[in-house]
Amino acid sequence: MKRTGAQIVWEAMLQEGVKVVFGMPGGAILPTYDALAQYPQIHHVLVRHEQGAAHMADGYARVSGDVGVCIVTSGPAATNLVTGLANAMMDSIPVVAITGQVPTSLLGNDAFQETDVTGVTQPVTKHNYLVTDIKDLAQVMKEAFYIARHGRPGPVLVDICKDVQNDSTDFVYPEEVNLPGYQPWYGLDEQAVEEAAAIINRSRKPLIIAGHGVQMGNAVEELRVFAEKAEIPVTTTLLGLGDIPETHPLALGMCGMHGEAHTNLAIQECDCLIAVGMRFDDRVTGKLDEFAPKAKIIHLELDPAEVGKNVPADVAIIGDCKDSLQALTQKIEPARHVEWLEEIASWREEGEERDILRAEVDELIPPYVMRQMWHVTQGNCIVVTDVGQHQMWEAQYFIHERPRQLLTSGGLGTMGFALPAAIGAQMAAPDAQVWAVVGDGGFQMTMQEMATVMQERLPIKIAIINNGFLGMVRQWQQIFYEKRYTGTPILNPDFVKLAEAYGMAGRRVTKKDEVVDALAEAKAHDGPFLLDFRVKEEVNVYPMVAPGAAVGDLIRRPKVVQGPSGVTPAW
Amino acid sequence: MSAAAAPAGGATKHTVIAWLEDKPGVLNRVVGLFRRRNFNIESLTVGHSETPGISRLTFVVDGDERMVDQAVKQLYKLVNVTKVENITGKRAILREMALIRVKVDGQTRGEVMQIVDIYRARIVDVSMDSVVVQAVGATDQIESLIELLSNYPILEMVRTGAVAMTRGHVGRNGNGHRKRRTAL
Repeated sequence: MKRTGAQIVWEAMLQEGVKVVFGMPGGAILPTYDALAQYPQIHHVLVRHEQGAAHMADGYARVSGDVGVCIVTSGPAATNLVTGLANAMMDSIPVVAITGQVPTSLLGNDAFQETDVTGVTQPVTKHNYLVTDIKDLAQVMKEAFYIARHGRPGPVLVDICKDVQNDSTDFVYPEEVNLPGYQPWYGLDEQAVEEAAAIINRSRKPLIIAGHGVQMGNAVEELRVFAEKAEIPVTTTLLGLGDIPETHPLALGMCGMHGEAHTNLAIQECDCLIAVGMRFDDRVTGKLDEFAPKAKIIHLELDPAEVGKNVPADVAIIGDCKDSLQALTQKIEPARHVEWLEEIASWREEGEERDILRAEVDELIPPYVMRQMWHVTQGNCIVVTDVGQHQMWEAQYFIHERPRQLLTSGGLGTMGFALPAAIGAQMAAPDAQVWAVVGDGGFQMTMQEMATVMQERLPIKIAIINNGFLGMVRQWQQIFYEKRYTGTPILNPDFVKLAEAYGMAGRRVTKKDEVVDALAEAKAHDGPFLLDFRVKEEVNVYPMVAPGAAVGDLIRRPKVVQGPSGVTPAW
Repeated sequence: MSAAAAPAGGATKHTVIAWLEDKPGVLNRVVGLFRRRNFNIESLTVGHSETPGISRLTFVVDGDERMVDQAVKQLYKLVNVTKVENITGKRAILREMALIRVKVDGQTRGEVMQIVDIYRARIVDVSMDSVVVQAVGATDQIESLIELLSNYPILEMVRTGAVAMTRGHVGRNGNGHRKRRTAL
């Protein structure tokens, strides 16, 4: 069966189950775009900037659990992908990126729109390929999807020279890959399971930190069963929100830099820390030397390179956490930890007394918006957050109950992630309600994708937490740089008018008592809707662990104080 | 004593062998990994192995156990790396080669030749005012030779960096852990 290189790209995608690709055409990828017309099974979403294409593929992958695909041309288009690929790499998201490249005859000649894309993307991809011979193309496509999906997932880039797209060859899609250097399978170490179980059985104050790996490995149920059997409380990382319903009696919420005090105090007090599918990011651990000082550490992790990288493990169980958790659950004794749970509950109660939502605040504050968003949607939506203060408020005040419900840029901290990722999420889950929660700063980095929302007629809801600052940076300037607000006040367009210009409905919200009504209007609106919440400007995210400080050493929420007009918080 | 035979505890130099697919850009991936992970690489050599299509890379990394452990694990994650072996602390042969151009005159040429002879190195080029010494040996011996020759002084020098191979099991006459004499 003769096929052109361009056709092989799409044939391979059909074989891999691809239904949607995100991209933008250009010179060096034109042959492949020309062939797309022959493959109506594949829907193409036209983006407005290639960074958006990478984030959309990322968002698609996070919701669908399968590979997200983006396709762009050479040179500037390919370099525009870099941020999105780095984001997918840091959060272990399976993405395949196809880039056009100048013809082989021009390679290395500084041809028009030529960039060494495999060179540029090498540190931000799990693997990448430059295809200069059509005979390699089918095999490379097979391997790209295989590598993106298997082991610890990640982005793979395939750079295809234009002449290869035009050449033709006999096409047979390989059944198997032959990758002698890529064998990411590690049989379960029974002895490690025994040792880990012994530590857990002896412990009086055990604690689980659950990460992104639990969702990626579809091990949410296994985690719950494991935690319940020995009554072990569960805190999660940011990307681990949804590993366990936050309404579950053993769920403590998110730990780390902006985790509630009781989670971080539990880490510092526990005598056995079971880390599941997480990599001890510095935002989780704070000062490494003082992290979990009393605990034996058990690390369940797919990627052996993560074991001992930041925090040395007393016992490591390498493998898929679904298998590891099942094996460990069998070996542990049922247990109750009443005193330990009470100790944590007392810390939690103290934290809740400081909760800003307990105060009678008339002003429009972001935590209130986030909590009301949860009430109005009844939690029945996918939330995609950008990066900054609003991201932390969402993590704290929205109540996450399901895996793949919260999409956020955890590792790279990419401002501009939310809107394009929400588009990817909506494409993967057409019937779900998708909310993009953004700050006024990050939104302006990728807001041109509102045009993509309109072109694809996606009913995405956008909530802008608009405080006129690059808020998280401002918060750091307030705390660590004596309020010298250099470069953080930000002049914004009228976002509602901007939405209007794109043909999108919108509403500005300036008062607290409008919040619920506005959220309900957006929810009920048939189509996309933008909400511009003009929130109080200088509100900080608390609690906060200063970078480099021990996690137990946190800046607590200012105490709610009794004022003349009732209870008001001290900002 | 060579670095490979040094005791594992407290050693700062570790010798690692990696086998790579012989494809364009693979060495770049390895070197890029070392750079971005901030591994302190003291030497790195690469060449053919006994298997066609597979190159063999020997590198010496300067750092603690954690760093070398990370270097090995991260290397394993590269798709084109087929095998990695940390031979630090194992019985192994480590060798490197150096070419050293030494400034000589009629008087010092004889001294240099004597030193070269003691180190079982060779003079591979002679001119009126210099000689080129070729030395093959363990790193510390090469360094000791260089130190002596630097008195003449050294005009030019190139070193290959270490290549390494573990020793085979010693037969019936040995216990496998015999203290061996370091020989060039």
